[in-house]
Amino acid sequence: MVSGVNGARLEVRGVSHAFALEKRSLPVLQDIDFTAEPGEFVALLGPSGCGKSTLLRLVAGLEPPTEGQLLVDGAEITGTHPSRTIMFQDPTLFPWRTVRGNAQLGPEARGTLAADGPRIEEALRLVGLAGFASAYPHQLSGGMAQRASLARSLVNEPKILMLDEPLGKLDSLTRLAMQRELVALWERERFTALLVTHDVEEALLLADRVLVLSDRPARIRADIRVETPRPRRRDDAGLVALREEILALLGLAEAA
Amino acid sequence: MSATTLGAGLLAPARPAAFWPSGWVAGLAWIGAAAAISLLPDADDLGRTQELATLAAGFGGLVLLAALGSTLSGLAPRLARLREAGPWLIVLAAALLAWELATAKYELLPRPFFAAPQSLLEVFTDDYARLGESVWRSLLLVVPGYALGAVIGFLFGVAMGWSRIVGYWAHPVVRLIGPLPATAWLPIAFFAFASSRGASTFLIALASFFPVTVLTWSGVSAVSKAYYDVARTMGASPWFLVRKVAVPAAMPSVFVGLFMGLGASFSVLVVAEMMGVKAGLGWYMQWAQGWAAYANMYAALLVMAGMCSGAVTLLFRLRDRLLSWQKGLVRW
Repeated sequence: MVSGVNGARLEVRGVSHAFALEKRSLPVLQDIDFTAEPGEFVALLGPSGCGKSTLLRLVAGLEPPTEGQLLVDGAEITGTHPSRTIMFQDPTLFPWRTVRGNAQLGPEARGTLAADGPRIEEALRLVGLAGFASAYPHQLSGGMAQRASLARSLVNEPKILMLDEPLGKLDSLTRLAMQRELVALWERERFTALLVTHDVEEALLLADRVLVLSDRPARIRADIRVETPRPRRRDDAGLVALREEILALLGLAEAA
Repeated sequence: MSATTLGAGLLAPARPAAFWPSGWVAGLAWIGAAAAISLLPDADDLGRTQELATLAAGFGGLVLLAALGSTLSGLAPRLARLREAGPWLIVLAAALLAWELATAKYELLPRPFFAAPQSLLEVFTDDYARLGESVWRSLLLVVPGYALGAVIGFLFGVAMGWSRIVGYWAHPVVRLIGPLPATAWLPIAFFAFASSRGASTFLIALASFFPVTVLTWSGVSAVSKAYYDVARTMGASPWFLVRKVAVPAAMPSVFVGLFMGLGASFSVLVVAEMMGVKAGLGWYMQWAQGWAAYANMYAALLVMAGMCSGAVTLLFRLRDRLLSWQKGLVRW
């Protein structure tokens, strides 16, 4: 699997989205327009509840946008596809399946279990869970559960991997370790990554580009390129400056 | 070798090769009870007194052997579970003795409503063929009825939980008809079905159908949407979502329904056998009562308790196997 870029190009063109509530409609996304190049790591950064996760649901094809178009390698997204998987904030593992049973969910659903057998073992090994393949989710720690969830996504060889605050509920040490692992994994597989987060440091540590979103309805306030080479240190002067800039954009600048 | 210690005083810790005090006491208690049964004169002419004494003495002897065995390291691990039952064995010996004294020996309790232990034994030794046939006929009635109701209820519950249209039409009907006790259909059922067997099967099926339907339905409805989202993004078909997401996620709830349905089925079984069916344990009890054969009635009650408890045990075994992924299951 060590090769060039495996990711897909994602084009989001003039996407607006609203939830239909009982009497009115609640706009959550407004005129979102960007392109993620194949293999690019893009972070979507914004305040809680601004609609970041909704954007991921649209890219996954779980819902169609109210307005606008989403294209993967030039083809419009009309539904879900295993090449676009989401890793959620909750591991959402099926508690009645073992770690391996969870990891093989995609191949099983598509009826390719026999052919994909080795890939399932490979994914479990990649996330460091080879020894826990027959454990049930309730026996796993938070970090291990999230790794199992990651393995379940990787088995499908995603061209776009969406990460919906996947580290949000982990303790800070596990979180640091998993940030490093995520980058290593992405450098190896070169899928296109979309990371939703409200943690400025996390966005800067991981991503090539940070799209700063506004409050609901979310618009893109800034598109910031992070040129700092990896591995990155969180006290890198460039990153610290970017962090100040982003916090200022979010109206949270630390008073000098 | 499980080292369970509840109330450390009476219960001997299940260590291999150790003195088992409650075992020795229980063995002697059973032999003492046997001596009282055998040696004290019966107040009335009763059969099987000496046989009962022999059984009690034999049991006491076995317990003493086990107590001896648990001092040997080779046998001790196999006897570990028996050792936990020590206090129970003592209490049971005392209870048997008290029962024997209050009925057969001194007639402190009014006869014939209170039967002596040897009278029950007499029923088992003399009427085992009819009792056995009654158990068989009860099982022939309850097993197909329960299974039918459970399967239809499960399928119906899944359909109601999964499909909005089925839910829309079925919900009011289930709401109105479901809480009605199945026994209320008794007159109609015996009228509508040609055979009492058909009528009883229908009633028993109805009794298990309702709880299984409702709990399957609520189980399927309560499945987290996130599970479906995950499966859908990985290319799952609707059929896969039903079979591999909705149904397994709903299983804990389904088993609650199966358990409740089993109880309801037994209750309908007994009523049906008492009202119309001319066989089975319910019929046997009714028949025994008609002849004022109270010992036979108690014997049938005991057998029925064993049958129902056995069925529930089987169901719980199945659940423990299928739902081993759950933590904190109640052990039956």
